[in-house]
Amino acid sequence: MPSHDVLVIGAGLAGQRAALAAASAGASVAIISKVHPIRSHSVAAAGGINAALNPEDSWESHAFDTVKGSDYLGDQDAIEIMCREAPDEILYLEHIGVTFHRDETGHLGTRAFGGASQARTYYVADITGQAILHVLYEQLMKHHGQLDRYEEWFTTDLLRDGNGHSVGAICRNLRDGRMQVFDAKSVILASGGAGQAFKPTTNGLIVTGDGMAQAFRIGAKLMDMEMVQYHPTTLAENGFLITEGARGEGAWLLNAAGERFMEKYAPNKLDLASRDVVSRAEQTEINEGRGFPDGTVALDITKVPRKRILEALREIVNIGRDFAGVDITREPIHIRPGMHYMMGGVKTDSYGETNIPGLYAAGEVACVSVHGGNRLGANSLLDTLIFGRRSGEHAAARAKLMPMPSTPASKLVDAEASIAAIISRPAGGRRIAAIKDELGTTMNGYCAVFRDADGLAKAHEIVRRLKEEAATASIDDRGSVFNQDVIGAIELGYMLDVAETILVAAQERKESRGAQFRTDFPQRNDAEWLKHIDVAVNGGDVPKVDYSPVTITRWQPQERTY
Amino acid sequence: MPDYTLRIRRYNPEVGEAAYWEDHTVEMKSHSSVLEAILEVKAKQDGSIGIRCSCRAAICGSCGVRINGKPGLACNTHLQVAAARGAEGEPITVEPMGNMPVIRDLIVDMDAVHWKKIRRVVPWLINKEPIPEREYIVPHENMVDVTQSMACIQCGACVSDCLSMEVDPGFIGPAALAKAYRFVGDPRDAEQYERLKDLAEDEHGMYDCTHCFNCIDACPKGVAPMSQIMRLRRIAGTDHKIEDRNNGHRHEQAFVKNIKRNGLLHEADLLPDSYGGKLHPRAAPELIESMPVAMKAMARGKMTPGKVLLHPHKAPAEVKQIFKTIEGRPKREELNLYVSGYENAEERGDLAHVPHADDPTPLNPPEPPTAAASAPPAEPEGGDSI
Repeated sequence: MPSHDVLVIGAGLAGQRAALAAASAGASVAIISKVHPIRSHSVAAAGGINAALNPEDSWESHAFDTVKGSDYLGDQDAIEIMCREAPDEILYLEHIGVTFHRDETGHLGTRAFGGASQARTYYVADITGQAILHVLYEQLMKHHGQLDRYEEWFTTDLLRDGNGHSVGAICRNLRDGRMQVFDAKSVILASGGAGQAFKPTTNGLIVTGDGMAQAFRIGAKLMDMEMVQYHPTTLAENGFLITEGARGEGAWLLNAAGERFMEKYAPNKLDLASRDVVSRAEQTEINEGRGFPDGTVALDITKVPRKRILEALREIVNIGRDFAGVDITREPIHIRPGMHYMMGGVKTDSYGETNIPGLYAAGEVACVSVHGGNRLGANSLLDTLIFGRRSGEHAAARAKLMPMPSTPASKLVDAEASIAAIISRPAGGRRIAAIKDELGTTMNGYCAVFRDADGLAKAHEIVRRLKEEAATASIDDRGSVFNQDVIGAIELGYMLDVAETILVAAQERKESRGAQFRTDFPQRNDAEWLKHIDVAVNGGDVPKVDYSPVTITRWQPQERTY
Repeated sequence: MPDYTLRIRRYNPEVGEAAYWEDHTVEMKSHSSVLEAILEVKAKQDGSIGIRCSCRAAICGSCGVRINGKPGLACNTHLQVAAARGAEGEPITVEPMGNMPVIRDLIVDMDAVHWKKIRRVVPWLINKEPIPEREYIVPHENMVDVTQSMACIQCGACVSDCLSMEVDPGFIGPAALAKAYRFVGDPRDAEQYERLKDLAEDEHGMYDCTHCFNCIDACPKGVAPMSQIMRLRRIAGTDHKIEDRNNGHRHEQAFVKNIKRNGLLHEADLLPDSYGGKLHPRAAPELIESMPVAMKAMARGKMTPGKVLLHPHKAPAEVKQIFKTIEGRPKREELNLYVSGYENAEERGDLAHVPHADDPTPLNPPEPPTAAASAPPAEPEGGDSI
C-alpha cells in the first residue's frame, strides 16, 4: 500500500507546483491525476501570468488592481502575499526553462491585460499555460526519485481518521480498475474547477468539480461559490475561449452596428475593463437588440498587425479557423460571454489549509480568497503557482510532525462496493449524458451573467430533481479496463453537488457584486453583504450557509469604475 | 443535419476477443468534429467506447486517433473533411494510433512508447551557470524559435505514423527529437554539444529519420518534427562537427560540392566525396564495393574512363550565381513557423533568422512588441529570399 508524506491530487499547475515544493522541502510525495498531467486543464490557459517584476511597477499596484477587480470581496492579506511573491515565482519559472517572451533587449517582455493599471502580464505566445505546465512536468520527470507519479488514477474518496484529520485517499487505476488506499500525512487537493456543470463552458470535459465535491462531502467549507466568471470572449457555438490577450494586443469589441460599445460602459479601460464588467456590457448589448442574430457581438482582431497575430496569438488563429471557420487576421469573429472560471472553492487560509486538519487545497479548487467577486485575467496562473507552492511547503512541514497513518482495509472494501453498485445498476434509468446536459443548460440559463431569485429557485429545484435521477442512472460499461462510463457517473454526482452549492450561495447573496449580478438587487450593498458566504454539507439536505468576514488591510471599498 | 456513420475499432482485453469494427450512425452538423460525433454516440448509444478527451479544442492533446487512415486529433477533424478522405457513402473509420500498444478501443499506451522516448532525451533544461539573479538575457528570436517545439501538445500523432519507428521501434522518433530541439535551441541550456552528440551516437538517434514527411503531415499544431530533426542535424554537423553515423551530412556536402563545381550531378565523384574524397581510407571499401555497378555502367556506355577522371561539364553562370547569393548571406536562415508567422510556403517568407553561436552579425533589432499595434504589417525577414 503506497504511503507518502504528502499526497497531491490533481496535476495541473497547482498540483505540480505543490508536489515540487513539497519534494524540495524533503517530503516523500505522490502526485495523482485522473489524466496524464499535461492533459490537465491548466494547459488551456492562454494569455499569461501577472507579476509586478518591472522596476517601474509595484506589488502594491498589482494588489490594488486585484482588490478592485474582486469588487472588494477578495481577502487583502492573501492578495498581498500573492502579489509580493509573484516576481520571484516568474523568475523561478524562467530559470527552470519556461520560454517567456522577450523584449528587444532580451529581457522578459509583457503584454497588457484586463483590469490592470500596468502591462504586467508575462507570456509565451498564447500558450502560456501549456508552456508552464509542460516545463513543470519536465521537472517532475527530473525529480522522479522524490516524486511518485500516478497518472490516470481517479480519486473516489478522501479519507479522515478518528480525529477528523485528513489521512489520504482511495483511488482507482483507470487502466485496470484496481482500487487502492493512499496513506498520507498531508493531502493537497489541486483538482481544478467545475466548469462542466455549465453548458457551454470554456472548460475541458475533465473539469467536473471533483475536489470541491469530495472536500465538501467530508466536511470542508466552500466559499464564494456564487462567484462564477463568465469570460467576455467565447465562441457562440461551442464556448471555446478566445484569449483576453487578443484585447491586450489591441483587438476591439463591436456591436452589430459596428459601434465600440465599451466606450459607454468603461470609458477609461474600454475593452480591457474587468471581465465581469465587459461580460455584462456585452450581454446588455445582446439583450437590448444591438448584437448579431446569433446572440453575439464581434471581436475585431484585425486591429492587431497580422505578423503580431501570427507570432503572439497563433492558437486563436487555429481556433478561429478550425472551430468557427473564420480567419481572425482578416475579419471579426462573433463572441459572447461564456462560463470560464470558479472564483469560489474550498475555503483555505493563506497556506492552503482547509478547516479539516491536514487537508490543503490550491488553485481553482480552492478559495483563499484572492479573486473575490471577479478574477483578473492572468491572475489564475499566479494563484495556482503561489498557493500551490505555499501548500506544498506547509504540507511538507506538517508531515514532519505527524506519524504515518494507516487506513483500515474496510474502507477500501466499502469504496470498491460503491463502484460495483454503480456498474451493476439495472438498465432503464436516465442516461448520464442526458442528466449532465440538462444540468449544464439549466446553470447557464439561470445562473449566468444576470440572475434573479425566481430563476435561481427554479434552477435549484431542477438540480434537486437531477440528483434523484442521477442516483438511478444506468451505465453501459460493465468492465474494469478504462471504464469511463462509471467515472462519468461519479463525476456527475460531483457536478450536481457543486451546482447546488453555487445556487444556494447565489440565492443567499441579495446584492450585485463582481460576477454575481442580481437584476432584483442591482446595487452593491457593502453594509450588508461585504462578507463571504460559506457553504457546508448538511446531510442529504440543502447545504447550510454561514458567513465569514472579508479581510481588509489597506484598501477600503470604493465605487468601482473602469 | 446529415447522418454520419462512424466505423470504430473496438477492443477490450477483458473479453478475450480480437479487435473488431463497429458502426454507429449519428446525425451531426458537417462542420462538427469527429470527437463530437463519438461523444454523441457515447451519450446516446454506447457509453462503453473508450477514447481519451478533454479540451475539445486541440490544446490538451488527448484525442489522438487515426481517421480514415490519417493520424490526428479527433477534436479538430471535421466530419465533412474526414468523410471526404474515404469513398463516397462509406463510413468514417476511427481507429487507435499506430506504433503504440492498444489498451482499449481508441486508447493506446502512450507511456510505454511516447513518454519513454521523451524521457530518453533528458527532457529538462540543464542550466547555464551561473544562474542569474534575475532572468537570463536571451534574444527575442530564440524564445520565439523554441516556441514552435514548445507548441507540441504530446498527442502522439507523429509517433503513430513514423515510418522509421515502424521499422525500428527503438528509434527515438519525431516527438522526442522535436522536444530535444526545444533544449538544443534554448540559449539557456548548458549542454547543446553533449545533447547533440548523445542523439548522434545513439544507433536509434537523430540520423535514423528518413525524411518521409509523415510527422509533418500528422502534426495538428504545426510543430513540423522533421524540420526540427533536420535543424538538430545541421547544428550538430555544421556548428559542432559531430560525425553523422549514417554519412548523410557528408553525402549532402558532396552533393553541394558536386553541383557547385559541375552544375550537374557527377556520380563518379559523388560516391568518393561522400566518404571524404577518393584518397580517403574510408572511401576505399565503398569504391571497391561499388565496382560491379561501375563496370556495368561502363559496359553500357553510361560511364567512360575519361569522364570518371575528368568531368567535362562545368557549372554555368546561373548556378554560380545561386551559390554566390546563398553564401553571401550574412546569417543563417531558418524554417520556423513562429518566427516567420507563415504556415504555407506559398505565403512566402517561411525562412527567417534565428541567432546561433557562430552568427557573424549582430541581431537585427525586432520591432518592439508594445509598438506593434501602431506599426504597419511588416514583411517577415527573408521574405524575398525564396
